[in-house]
This record gives sequence, structure tokens and C-alpha cells, in this order.
Amino acid sequence: MARPPETVPESFQRIEESPEFQQLRGSFRGFAFPVTAGFLLWYLLYVLLSCYAPGFMGTKVVGNVNVALVLGILQFVSTFAIAAWYARYAGARLDPAADRIRQGAEAALPAQPVDRPAVAEEAAE
Amino acid sequence: MNLASSASDHRTLIMILFGVFVLATLGITVWAGRQTKDAADFYAGGRGFTGFQNGLAISGDYMSAASFLGIAGAIALFGYDGFLYSIGFLVAWLVALLLVAEPLRNSGRYTMADVLAFRMRQRPVRTAAGISTIVVSIFYLLAQMVGAGSLVALLLGVSGEGAKRWTILAVGALMVIYVAVGGMKGTTWVQIVKAVLLIAGTALMTVLVLAKYHFNLSELLGAAASASGKGSAFLEPGLKYGVTGTTKLDFISLGLALVLGTAGLPHILVRFYTVPTARTARKSVLWAIGIIGVFYLMTLALGFGAAALVGPKTIKASNAAGNTAAPLLAEQLGGGAGSTGGAILLAVISAVAFATILAVVAGLTLASSASFAHDLYANVIRRGKASEKEEVASAKLAAVAIGAIAILLSIFADKLNAAALVALAFAVAASANLPTLLYSLFWKRFNTVGAVSSTYAGLITAVTLVIFSPVVSGGKNSLFPHSDFHWFTLENPGLISIPVGFLAGWLGTLLAKEQADPAKYAELEVRSLTGLGAH
Repeated sequence: MARPPETVPESFQRIEESPEFQQLRGSFRGFAFPVTAGFLLWYLLYVLLSCYAPGFMGTKVVGNVNVALVLGILQFVSTFAIAAWYARYAGARLDPAADRIRQGAEAALPAQPVDRPAVAEEAAE
Repeated sequence: MNLASSASDHRTLIMILFGVFVLATLGITVWAGRQTKDAADFYAGGRGFTGFQNGLAISGDYMSAASFLGIAGAIALFGYDGFLYSIGFLVAWLVALLLVAEPLRNSGRYTMADVLAFRMRQRPVRTAAGISTIVVSIFYLLAQMVGAGSLVALLLGVSGEGAKRWTILAVGALMVIYVAVGGMKGTTWVQIVKAVLLIAGTALMTVLVLAKYHFNLSELLGAAASASGKGSAFLEPGLKYGVTGTTKLDFISLGLALVLGTAGLPHILVRFYTVPTARTARKSVLWAIGIIGVFYLMTLALGFGAAALVGPKTIKASNAAGNTAAPLLAEQLGGGAGSTGGAILLAVISAVAFATILAVVAGLTLASSASFAHDLYANVIRRGKASEKEEVASAKLAAVAIGAIAILLSIFADKLNAAALVALAFAVAASANLPTLLYSLFWKRFNTVGAVSSTYAGLITAVTLVIFSPVVSGGKNSLFPHSDFHWFTLENPGLISIPVGFLAGWLGTLLAKEQADPAKYAELEVRSLTGLGAH
């Protein structure tokens, strides 16, 4: 596999500071971070209930199926749902933006660093 | 029930089935070895796998003997508490999907350390990451070998101590051949074949179990509860972990380790390099979540089925930790001990379990020897001056050494539950690897001192706590049951060692004199999010 052309570090910094990239990072982090926090808390709630609320968890729902089993199965359901949600979100919001930025940068290479209006000031960290 | 004789009557069948699997996979390995020409082929299978293929291979790497034998056994003995493993193991994949898989694929080449060392000083970070990769993999290897040992003891009778060791030796030799000859391409195909076999075997048993209870889950649960002798408590949390305040903390510790460990397991992380793009890496994780999720749901039927149909007494008599519950259930489903049907199904399921063990140990050996060669040998010892050929040759040598270490250790560890041992590997991965990986990818200020601190602090804390825990000494099922030097009361160190790993990375970064290089972080961030310049 041929190595892609080396990109000069300054051009990476210029891309990083561009509004397109800032927006892509915002869309990614705005989804991934809160959703991660959400499913970790939901999982932790389940673990803590199993430990400290055995009476509640042992409540029968249907036949021998109790709350503990229902909550356990719901962990499976939420995992499948979040995975599907992320796949849709990434396809609609992340992939097109990532493609645009990458193609723009590759078009400007390897002749010279990415040529793009400097917007460093507004998009400062 | 005389397990040994009923099984040995049909030992030939088991040997034939297993022989077919070994020959088929060796064929694949030789074929893959012929196509392996450069380092990218050896480490990353030429990066040519599809999302579905890699999804199956990830599932193959992940659904280890510990899951199949260990979880089924844990549910059969402890009822609901065994199910926690399944849930933690599955939910953990969301961490890998949302935070790790795609950035890793875009910014690394062959190993986890490629990403950790991306913007740091190479030698210290690669040394730390290489050591932690090898330690995690050896813990995990141990779990698989213990599963293999239990299985052989079941099939050949308890007197077969020598046979058990020969089997462990044979497993070790095979895994080294898979890795050294077939590289990542061969190992990946072995995983794919094994994943299909395991899913098929588990599905067959699940259907057979459910059919006995008219496909009524409640009926199965009721039968399991009454056979367990514990009544409805068997279906509620607490049998294993609800006894005292300490066991409850152990449960939380285990839960944390499971959910945070997956995204730090080196042999899982290197799987993301076998596909061409980050998008394919995402697809492979999505497939893996589907396959693994269905598999773990089926472990419920297996575990409760074993409790109901085989009974805890028989399971415990065969293996104290429950590792043989699944094959015993297979024998029962086929018609019971001594029947032809029972022997056939026992043989089939045992062969599937062996295939599982072989495939997983091959994946682990590959990941750890790749890290030894690429991180420790090429970048630390030879300071980047080793040729590709020398690097791959050293990986093959490392595979032999790691195989030998795993074989030696596993001879001593056969009383431990395979799932509990794997949980220790998860705890080390979650404490040493995950903090370093997440900080590297998402925290601009993170620097070399931070990376080295979080890796070593997480690693040393986790391993030290395990050494002084009841897993190693002071308990009936300890590694050294006759001595007692434990002072840490939890079996799983995650509750302490994971926060220590995160804290050390943060403190190390703040206390270091050096500043992180913003240009390198910009490069990592742009590459990881857009795939620009990905290998």
C-alpha cells in the first residue's frame, strides 16, 4: 500500500482552525460525549439497583420474569438502539463533512499546504 | 453420572471433529501465509476485509471460551448474577463504537501504541503501551487456557492430568503456528470460521433448551429456579455478589471493568486496522454488536438451561467454577450421559469450544507479538532502524515466547472461573489503556508524562491489587490455596485502578514541565476525524 503524501503540519493546523472542521468536531463531540455519558449512567443505575435494591429487582412482572431480567434485556435493547442511532447520525452528519474536508485538503496536496482563506482568528480554540 | 467413561466411549468422534477443524484452519493459515508479503499483510491482513467479515472476526475474537464456558457456568451456578457479565460485555461495545474505533483506524497503522505515541515522545510511550499490551493479553490468554484445561478434564476424566497438559501444549503450539505462518490474514479467517461455528452451536442448543419448555421463557426460569435449590432468589441479583458489603463493591468493580475494558483490549483494537477505512471499521463494530448481542442473549438460555437440566450439583462436581456447564448441557440435550445422541452433541459442542479457544488465543498472540515487534523491538530497541523483514521476524519469535509463557502459567490456574479471569484482563485494559487512549484522542494538553503515568499507574495498581486479592491467595479457589498473603478484599481491582489510571494521566500532564505540541494534536485530530492521510 503506497504511503499517502506527507502533509505539512501547518496545513493540519489550518484545517483544524477552519470553520468546517470546527463544526465537524462539534457535531462529533456533541453526539458522542453526551450519549456516552448517558449509556454509562444507565448501565451504572442498573448495576447499583442490582446491588442495593434486590427487593425491587426481584418483583415479578410476568410469570417468573422479574424486574431484574426486564432491565437486563432493556440494556440489550438500548445498546442496539444507540448503535443504530449513531450509524444514522454519522452517515447523515459526520461523513459528508469529513469527506468535504478531506477532499479539499487532498486536492491542495502535495504541491503546497492547503490553500484556504485564513480564518484562524474567529475559530480560535 | 460417570462423565469420564460416557465421554471416552465417543472420544474418537471428538477427536475427528476437532481434527477436521484443525486441518481446515491450518489449510487457511498456509494459504494466508502465502499471500502475506509485507508488514501491512502480517499485522493488518492487508487491510482488505469487509465490514461484515471483520464484524464476524471481531465477534470471534470477543466471544471467547470465557464467554461460552465461563458465563454459561456462572449463570448455571449463580443464576442472575452470571448474567451481569453478558450485559457489561455488550454495553462496552458502545464505548468502542462512539469513541475509539474510527479515530484509531484513521490515525494508527498496526498497534494501539501507534495512536498513543502519535504526538508524544516515541520510546517511553511505546515501551509503556507495549508492556501493558502484553500483560493484558497474557491475563486473557490464561483465561482461555484454563477453559481448555477444564474441557479436557471433562472429556478425558479427572485422572488425565498428563493429557490435560499435553492438550494445553498442543493448543499453545497451534496458536503459534497460526500466528507465525498466517499472520493477521490467517488469524482473521480462523476467527470468522470459529464465529460461525460458535453461533451455530449456541443457536442449536438454545433452540433445544427452549423446545423443552415450550418456548416459554418463564417456564425455563421456573425450572432453573427450582432445580437450583435456591428458589426465586436464583433469578434475582445477589446470590454471588449480594452477600456482604464487600461482595457488592466487587460487583460494582466488575461492572466498571467490563464496560470500560473492551475499548482498551489490544487484540480487539488491532482488528480495526484490518479494514480499508474508518467507515468500514464503524460497520464492522455495528455487525459485531448485533452478533455479540444475540450470542449473549443465548447464553441466558444456556446458563438457565444447564441449571434446570443438568443441575448445579453435577456441574460443580465436574468443575468447581462451572466452566463445563455448556458441554454438560449439550450431553443432556442429546439424550443424556451414555446415549449416542448425548455423546454426539457433547462432541460437537466440545469441538466448537476448542475451536473458540484456539481462535481467541491466536488473536491474542498476534496482538501481543505485534506490539512486541512493532513497539518494543522496532521503535524502542532498534530506534526505528529495523527493516520490515526484521520486524516481522521478531514478531514471529515473540509469538513463540508468549505462547510458552501462557502455557506455563495456565498449568497453575485451572481452578479459576474463566469468565472471572477474563474480567481481570478487562480491569487491566480499562485502567492502563483506556485512560491513555481517550486522553490522547480528546485532550489537547495531554503529554508524554501524562501518557506514561496513566499507563503505568493503571497497570501497576491493577496488577498489584490482583496479586494481593483472593484470586491469588487465601481462598478455596485461589491460584495458591495453601498460602494467604491477600489484603485487598475485592476480586476485581477496577473500582480502584480505573480511577487511578485516569487520575494519574491528568496529574502527570499537569505536573510535567513539557508542553503538548499543538501542531501534532491538530494533525491527530484532523486525521482521526476526516481520515486524511490514513494508512
